[in-house]
Amino acid sequence: MGPLIVNEIISPNANLFIAFLIGIGFGFALESSGFSSSRKLAGMFYGYDTTVLKVFFTAALTAMLGLLFFSLFGWIDLDFVYINPTYLTSAILGGAIMGAGFIMGGFCPGTAFCAISIGKLDALAFIGGLVLGILFFTEGYPMWEGIYKANFLGTPTMNDIIDLPRGVFALGMILVAFAMFWVGEWAEKKFPREEY
Amino acid sequence: MNEVKKTKYINPYIGGVLLGIVLLAANFISGRGLGASGAVKSAVVSTVNVVAPTHVENATFYKAYRQSHPGNPMHSWLVFEMLGVLVGGFLSGAFAKRLKFKVEHSPKITSKRRIIFAVMGGILFGFGSQLGRGCTSGSALSGMAVLSVGGFITMTFIFGTAFALAYFFRKNWI
Repeated sequence: MGPLIVNEIISPNANLFIAFLIGIGFGFALESSGFSSSRKLAGMFYGYDTTVLKVFFTAALTAMLGLLFFSLFGWIDLDFVYINPTYLTSAILGGAIMGAGFIMGGFCPGTAFCAISIGKLDALAFIGGLVLGILFFTEGYPMWEGIYKANFLGTPTMNDIIDLPRGVFALGMILVAFAMFWVGEWAEKKFPREEY
Repeated sequence: MNEVKKTKYINPYIGGVLLGIVLLAANFISGRGLGASGAVKSAVVSTVNVVAPTHVENATFYKAYRQSHPGNPMHSWLVFEMLGVLVGGFLSGAFAKRLKFKVEHSPKITSKRRIIFAVMGGILFGFGSQLGRGCTSGSALSGMAVLSVGGFITMTFIFGTAFALAYFFRKNWI
């Protein structure tokens, strides 16, 4: 049955309309969790507000388990779900550069759009920066094409590389996430601060 | 006084489940995860195409992009999704009475300093998201949900680097 677009249950134009609806849910979930506030997001890295950790990992676990159960029930064929390819070098370098951007700018792209929707002008400045950064990448592309394409590993999944069934890996991830939530709750008590 | 100051965000675990259901819906319906930086890239490519069409025909990146994305770059899933994000964020902010133009920053720094750092952070994040093939949404969150190794690596390096550098930028936030 799923994914609906791959099995031609919905048309490409309906898919774009659904993208818009999914975006509304995305923006609503981010904003109502407090992701429109850069000081709240940055709190993650000082321990006074670990909302990012809780929301991010709860969301990843929910979607991961949902896909697992949907696949088990035969509702979705996971072979047709997009798996992000792994280019080792650019995943590490890109991630590190994004991390520096996160602590300096206080947003990531999705949260910046969520924040500008309620009037945060620092988010507008961040989005201006995003445009420049992306333009810098596209214009200078021949210079970093080598790094961009280095160490391509295909589309491995975590359970493949450590040779565990998908469900067992998922269980392990749930346990790790719960341990992190516990640390997060502890840190918020240890470094209390008013909510932004 | 304190009660007035306290903002009314929903419980983060409930927020996470909501976000997870949205991500699951994207995978179930469209066979893909969420994203954000890709929509900005579509806007950048479209703009360059209007401003300098011959440049787009000749420069390596745009040539490859046009080949893999035939048609109008703005006619894309991520562009429509990000338009929805603006609507969804606005609705949530309106219900919770958080709509207000302001520059949010620590009382220890000026608005100007906050804006300068926001632009610099945006530049780095924009560049990094292209190198890393997606940002926190497209690569880290959506990648983790489908157990992609690349998604886990990118997530680890985004949060790891931010933690490692947090000390140097503490004045901006606390």
